[in-house]
Amino acid sequence: MKPAALLPLGVFLVLTGFFAFGLTKDPTQIKTQMTNRPVPNFTLSSLEDALVVHTQDDLRGRVSLVNVFGSWCAPCAIEHPNIVEIGKQDVVRLVGVNWRDDRAAGQDWLERLGDPYDIVLFDDLSLLAIGMGVTGAPESYIVDKSGVVRYKHVGIVTPQIWRDTLLPIVNDLKKSPI
Amino acid sequence: MRPVFIIAAVWLSACAAFADITAEEVELRAHEVGKSLRCVVCQNQSIDESDAPLAADMRRLVRVQIADGKTNQEVIDFMRVQYGDYVLLKPPVQGNTLVLWLAPLGLVLLALGWPAISGRKRIDPQVEPLTSEEAGQLKKALKDENS
Repeated sequence: MKPAALLPLGVFLVLTGFFAFGLTKDPTQIKTQMTNRPVPNFTLSSLEDALVVHTQDDLRGRVSLVNVFGSWCAPCAIEHPNIVEIGKQDVVRLVGVNWRDDRAAGQDWLERLGDPYDIVLFDDLSLLAIGMGVTGAPESYIVDKSGVVRYKHVGIVTPQIWRDTLLPIVNDLKKSPI
Repeated sequence: MRPVFIIAAVWLSACAAFADITAEEVELRAHEVGKSLRCVVCQNQSIDESDAPLAADMRRLVRVQIADGKTNQEVIDFMRVQYGDYVLLKPPVQGNTLVLWLAPLGLVLLALGWPAISGRKRIDPQVEPLTSEEAGQLKKALKDENS
């Protein structure tokens, strides 16, 4: 048999290899492009008070954990006690992003479940959410002192994820001067 | 002095015309841009045809940016910064997509060139004319069959 006769088989195997590799990837996990980029400029009102305005400058100076949630989001309610617990540790500035929500519903939700956040941004039109590359709730971002996104976590922040993944990053970033 | 005024007047009106993009134009271009952006929560649907709430917000942002005077490409680039290549329904031609773009062409070329590559020759049937003896046998055989 001539070596050329094996060519179709070779092409088939290469293609199969590509497809097999593709199957191992989860298309719902979009690799964040935001890591090591500054938080986009935004002007959003506080959930608590429509007249209080926050901008990207409110995310500077301290390491922040930005947590995207909504009163409509069932996993967020499961996650929330963990966020409240993180708030008690007082190791990071907690910024909530109340995403695609009704202001009253969001306020009510925090009243019932507790409000651990230092700031809660009201983002009913996804202005910041799209700027941050949010695809669903809950999602959490670690932002360093200079306002640059350093880490993104998709899904519920469990106590284990906080202890093993997020807290070490926060502690590292707190050590850096800027 | 007068030419300066005329130039300034033309310049200003041109600017005004540029900024005053009509609502229909925004709509038209928003659809164009929307068709090329993938809804990031529903997969294989453009934001233009998706019912997902996030897609609706992305459509709105596209409209706002077009009304602000951004070009279609600038709006697409903006979305690409947040959501990466994934948000583009048509994959860009770049290092990691070269195989994707060139493989079909390669396969066509391979198929066209296959006879040469495989080295197999077309077999030309070498048929010799029947001898008169064979022709007689054939005639006889056909006759037997018909009768």
